[in-house]
Amino acid sequence: MIQPAPSTSNPLLRLWRNQESRGVIIQILTMVVLFAFMAAIARNVVINLEAVGKEFSFGFLLWPAAYDIGFSPFLEYTNQSTHLRAAVVGLLNTLLVAFWGCILATMLGFILGIMRLSSNWLVSKISYVYVEFLRNVPILIHILAIYSIVVTLLPPAKKAINVGADAFFLSNRGFYVPSPVFEDGATFVGIVILISITLVFFFKRWAHRTQDETGKIYPVLWISIAILIALPGIAFLATGAPLSWDIPVLKGFNFKGGMAIKPEFLALWLGLSMYTACFIAEIVRAGIVAVSHGQSEAAFALGLRPNRTLQLIIIPQALRVIVPPLCSQYLNLTKNSSLAIAIGYMDITATLGGISLMQTGKEMETMLIVMGVYLLISLLISAFMNWFNHRIKLTER
Amino acid sequence: MSESSHYAPGTHPDLPPPARTTGMVGWVRGNLLSSPLNVALTLLSIWLLWSILPPAIHWLFTEAVWTAKDRKECWALMDAPRDAACWAFIRGSFELFVYGWFPEPERWRVNLTFILFIAAIFGGLRENIPGKKYWLIFAAAYPFIAAWLLLGGFGLEPVGTNKLGGILLTLVVAVTGIAFSLPIGIALALGRRSKLPALRGVCVIFIEFIRGVPLITLLFVASTMLTYFLPPGSTFDLLMRVLIMVTLFASAYIAEVVRGGLQGLSAGQYEAADSLGLSYWRAHQLVILPQALKISIPGIVNTFIGSFKDSVLVLIIGMMDILGLGRARLNDPDWLGLAPELYIFISLFFFISCFSMSRYSLSLEKKLHTGH
Repeated sequence: MIQPAPSTSNPLLRLWRNQESRGVIIQILTMVVLFAFMAAIARNVVINLEAVGKEFSFGFLLWPAAYDIGFSPFLEYTNQSTHLRAAVVGLLNTLLVAFWGCILATMLGFILGIMRLSSNWLVSKISYVYVEFLRNVPILIHILAIYSIVVTLLPPAKKAINVGADAFFLSNRGFYVPSPVFEDGATFVGIVILISITLVFFFKRWAHRTQDETGKIYPVLWISIAILIALPGIAFLATGAPLSWDIPVLKGFNFKGGMAIKPEFLALWLGLSMYTACFIAEIVRAGIVAVSHGQSEAAFALGLRPNRTLQLIIIPQALRVIVPPLCSQYLNLTKNSSLAIAIGYMDITATLGGISLMQTGKEMETMLIVMGVYLLISLLISAFMNWFNHRIKLTER
Repeated sequence: MSESSHYAPGTHPDLPPPARTTGMVGWVRGNLLSSPLNVALTLLSIWLLWSILPPAIHWLFTEAVWTAKDRKECWALMDAPRDAACWAFIRGSFELFVYGWFPEPERWRVNLTFILFIAAIFGGLRENIPGKKYWLIFAAAYPFIAAWLLLGGFGLEPVGTNKLGGILLTLVVAVTGIAFSLPIGIALALGRRSKLPALRGVCVIFIEFIRGVPLITLLFVASTMLTYFLPPGSTFDLLMRVLIMVTLFASAYIAEVVRGGLQGLSAGQYEAADSLGLSYWRAHQLVILPQALKISIPGIVNTFIGSFKDSVLVLIIGMMDILGLGRARLNDPDWLGLAPELYIFISLFFFISCFSMSRYSLSLEKKLHTGH
């Protein structure tokens, strides 16, 4: 005979033994503990802030910042500007270094990853040693080491290394390159460039459709390149070449004119890109290896030439494996750019989270904003990643 | 007609493969010179190595000075000043780099901590070791033993946390983060997979928040803001605050790795455990976690490596780990401007630690790969 489960007269115990009500109890307890914890923290914050005579407000953002930012390529900034403006300058600097870092890291990473897969033993081993050494050393050391090379080992401006054409100079004040000067008519050339890009876009779509319907293949790449070079070229010559270069010239102890890539930016950019490239190389390698050998054999059996195989069969399938981890590397790079503070590149952590925090004593407010900004960037990159994943997802039939 | 050209069918001896396809020659032809492009790449690589390696060896080893009082003496011993590395700098500061400012007579405690550390790692990771259970208990207890040895109390001379520095501090930060992030991370991963929405929501928000911000901002919070959260009048050691933040940071990443492992298990495993009538905890203890953790070992070790490398970030809030201490030494007038030596030394330290961890993870992965 089956014994019935021992029933208890204690209603609380009975609630606990019932799976559904137990779930509710656990959740209620969690929330109570959490809210009690938050309330205790909030109470402590209020008392502690009162004790030091501070109040929680974001009004400080409109006070004059009273410090200089040496590198503000997009916004006008003086030390009379507000903390808010300093924060925006910092944010733009973060985005600038993250953007260029992602581009260089991707390029280096693809090169290294493909080198690693090379059938040439020496090339593959060079890539292996480089990747393994660099990725096992903390990125902060990369950045500091490159910075110290730029600042201490490169010559002063007077003896700058002439990299090429008497227009590119490398010194411990930074890398000086000519800057473009646009004259009348440059806008017209810009519009023509935009028009030719649109033309190429539509031409590509039309060529695709024609191929689907009739099987006729147009050399899309060559025609696109021809359009992109010819139209703006004609416009450029027709308007009388409205572009000249402002070439840096040595005047006294420093260069005048041109565009300076500051040592801080250079060190951070190279450090971030070289470190992240090592991880991207591994991702690229894994992605290409993941495409089964049968796929390329099938493509060859269908009579596709090697470059068409790569373009139509291998790369689309490898990208499906590569893109998600690649995006999280971009995210890591952006977060790692906060190490800028170690070498004095003025990103958002260094301006708002560093100097503004010290000057105003608004620890809570500044840190909340800085963290919020990084969270927002993370969420945006994740959202993009999800969208892209969805687009290239394997469509199973 | 000679005898050797006549063989009955099936009796021909195996001939050696053509000389050009075996041995050294065959290997070089196959791996370095298989096509014109490969020949060009090989030549380019040899040229690259030739232009980098000899000067590097010259700078690092053959010309380098190993003993000197200061950099002037170093330069005097070279063909030309700054012509090679001055390792005397690292040798002269080695004790400082390892022990920080730990009081001289108490340094046996640091040495003992290091020895026990190696014992704990060795005992905890070796498979066929007698008394495996006790080794594991020892490894789990190690962080507390180390804390007692380093900070003192209970019969030992107390040492302030501000005396910790150099490699010692780096290891303290890294090992604490690694040791405590694993249990917290597993708990978070289970919470995120829970069927209870409130519990799940809390875990998701925590994990995504931590993963969305850089570690450096969390360290800033630890150094500037955390005191406001504590009850009025209480003080909390900076090192403790940093350790908490580093642990929380690592545990969010561990949680995601473990969640991947949990999702990698087939639903049949969960259903089988349920149908056996196992409770939630017993099912996880006996069926789910052993398998899920096994799948996630590579990811966990990668997170540990990341956490080890991230420990240098404490320098930014002014703590003197190996990097911070080294940079402070660079301002010593005797050793001004020896940054390359310092960075090479620290890079090697991290490379050796992290590379051996990743090698170990690879070998473990191979050993545990039992399926298919």
